[in-house]
Amino acid sequence: MQLRKLVWREMFERKSQLATSFVAILLGIAVVVSIKNITFYSEKAVARELDALGANILVLPKSASVQDYYSADMQNDDIPEEYVTTLTLSDLQGLDNLSPKLSAAVEIQGRRFTLTGILPKSEFSAKAAWQGAGLFARPLEGCGDVADVPDAFKPPAQETLVRQRVVNDLAPDEALVGADLVSLLGLKAGDSIEVLDRTFTVSAVLPQTGTVDDARLFAHLHTVQEMLGKGPVINAIEIVGCCNEISGGLVQKINKLLPDAKVVTVTQVVDTQVKTNRMMSRLSMIFIGIIVLVGVAGIANYMYANVFERRREIGTLMALGASSGLILRMFLLKGLLLGLAGGVGGFLLGTVLAVVLGPRVAGIVVMPMPMLVLLAVGISVGVALLASCLPARSAARLDPCATFQEV
Amino acid sequence: MLRTEAITKIYNHRKTAVTGLHDATFDIAAGDFVAIVGPSGSGKSTLLLMLGGMLSPSSGKVLFETQSLYDLSPDERARLRRRNIGFVFQQFNLVPYLTAQENVQVPLYIAGTASNEQETRAAALLERVGLGDRRHHKPSELSVGQQQRVALARMLANDPKVILADEPTGNLDPETGQQVIDFLAELNAEGRTIVMVTHDARAAERCKRVMRLVDGMIQVGEGAPLASTSSQMPDSQRPGRERHEEARVDSVHRQLLPFPDGGGDLA
Repeated sequence: MQLRKLVWREMFERKSQLATSFVAILLGIAVVVSIKNITFYSEKAVARELDALGANILVLPKSASVQDYYSADMQNDDIPEEYVTTLTLSDLQGLDNLSPKLSAAVEIQGRRFTLTGILPKSEFSAKAAWQGAGLFARPLEGCGDVADVPDAFKPPAQETLVRQRVVNDLAPDEALVGADLVSLLGLKAGDSIEVLDRTFTVSAVLPQTGTVDDARLFAHLHTVQEMLGKGPVINAIEIVGCCNEISGGLVQKINKLLPDAKVVTVTQVVDTQVKTNRMMSRLSMIFIGIIVLVGVAGIANYMYANVFERRREIGTLMALGASSGLILRMFLLKGLLLGLAGGVGGFLLGTVLAVVLGPRVAGIVVMPMPMLVLLAVGISVGVALLASCLPARSAARLDPCATFQEV
Repeated sequence: MLRTEAITKIYNHRKTAVTGLHDATFDIAAGDFVAIVGPSGSGKSTLLLMLGGMLSPSSGKVLFETQSLYDLSPDERARLRRRNIGFVFQQFNLVPYLTAQENVQVPLYIAGTASNEQETRAAALLERVGLGDRRHHKPSELSVGQQQRVALARMLANDPKVILADEPTGNLDPETGQQVIDFLAELNAEGRTIVMVTHDARAAERCKRVMRLVDGMIQVGEGAPLASTSSQMPDSQRPGRERHEEARVDSVHRQLLPFPDGGGDLA
């Protein structure tokens, strides 16, 4: 005979009561797990959608305004390209993508367009020091990073410039052209185009965006710098930053790092994501709170009924020499076993619900999150133990005389 | 072995004080076999629970050997019970979801006995009460007589010096009841002290002494000593009459008590 055998046997003696209590905690935990699981992937989806809206932090010359930037960032002032290196080598968290740009007005076949130099992502990776800094390998929870989601979510390669403000590869003589250039000049991928006495091959045609980007011709930053004879300078750095980090003071940190530049945020974009994430987090907390309360009430009710029903048994154990500590442990162990079973079962059921219902209810693909088993078991055991405390204490303090009604 | 010193128990029910036991002083020597008789509500159970360290008196002392029980903490009393006192209940109070063997193991587990030893000892005790072949049966699968024998085996698990039995034959047919009393007499012959609450005149006859409780007071003599039992025989015809006539009056407490060594073994 051991304590766990005593508890285990008793639990299965009153199966219907046990089943009711177990189902209550199982469903509660399943709801918590499925909400957490769907919320996580929903936040990712929101982040991806907001990511598509473009950069949310701009680094501009002191004299430039946001209007200058939106009018094709062709302000007269510029900033050194080494600012990109400074940002890359810094220990700032929450910088998802950096895109340095240098723009100038050019005339092609008698029409005015904007020539914009951009730095492909492959060049960041190629530089050992930058790679060591791991800029693109330090995504934060809730940020716009999409590296860890299934391939199905990744945008088409030719759209990465539009969506993420960066391209992976761009040769010195290659160009990406906006939709207006295509329609006005009749260009298509593979065609050649001459700009400021330099010939480029159109490597991709960008989709219509309705912005000034439609009238741009994107080429390699260093090629553009050479063509304009301006040296290693840029007009702007577009940054896709993690919204949570931005609200946590990322802009101020960049400002401190680059005191001679102007750092601004596109507040609506940041606010939308921060608000969405907060709303989901609060919703999840409200559900957890309700479930904890309902769980505590349900289990406490079951445990009190159990103590009442077992008064004679408790009194008998006391008569046989059981200490109040042993009686307390009997009921707490019962609560613990109930919590463990409810936690593990709730995790499994909640995960299945999230994976099955996620695409149907929220329109997103949801993957199982094994780490949620810790949350599920933690909440379940905590709730069960909390709910068992008072009934267990009342059992341990039971007046054994009252338990022998026949004497 | 057991001694009470002016113990009184007052219960409060709905703001009314009810005296369960009044100013009781007596000794129970080691090896004694005492019956406590009296009508329902007379305080028999109260007295038995107090002797077992389960119910503290409102005033007075209960001593086990030289130790005042209610000067100990509840857990110390629980330790003392598990080492020295065995309870037998009218309703047997077996744990319904455990087998006969496991029920007997419970006090051994509480006392911290190793699992192997628990099993060996429980099996031997069940053999002793004639239930060696019913070890793995649950209480609901046993007759009431068999259940009481399991309860007796459980009571013996920790080899108690004192046995406190509450109506041990109350739920049994006369023949099985007789077997239980025979068994208790056998345990008494081994040197164990037994205090038994009973309504059964024949069971009381087997005891060395009889203590009668009326309205929380200990009494003997005058009327029929077992008047509250089913027997309505005249006093002169009652078995054990002589024993009660040997009772002495405790002048200090104005109570009538049987002599500690009086009565002889009627078993």
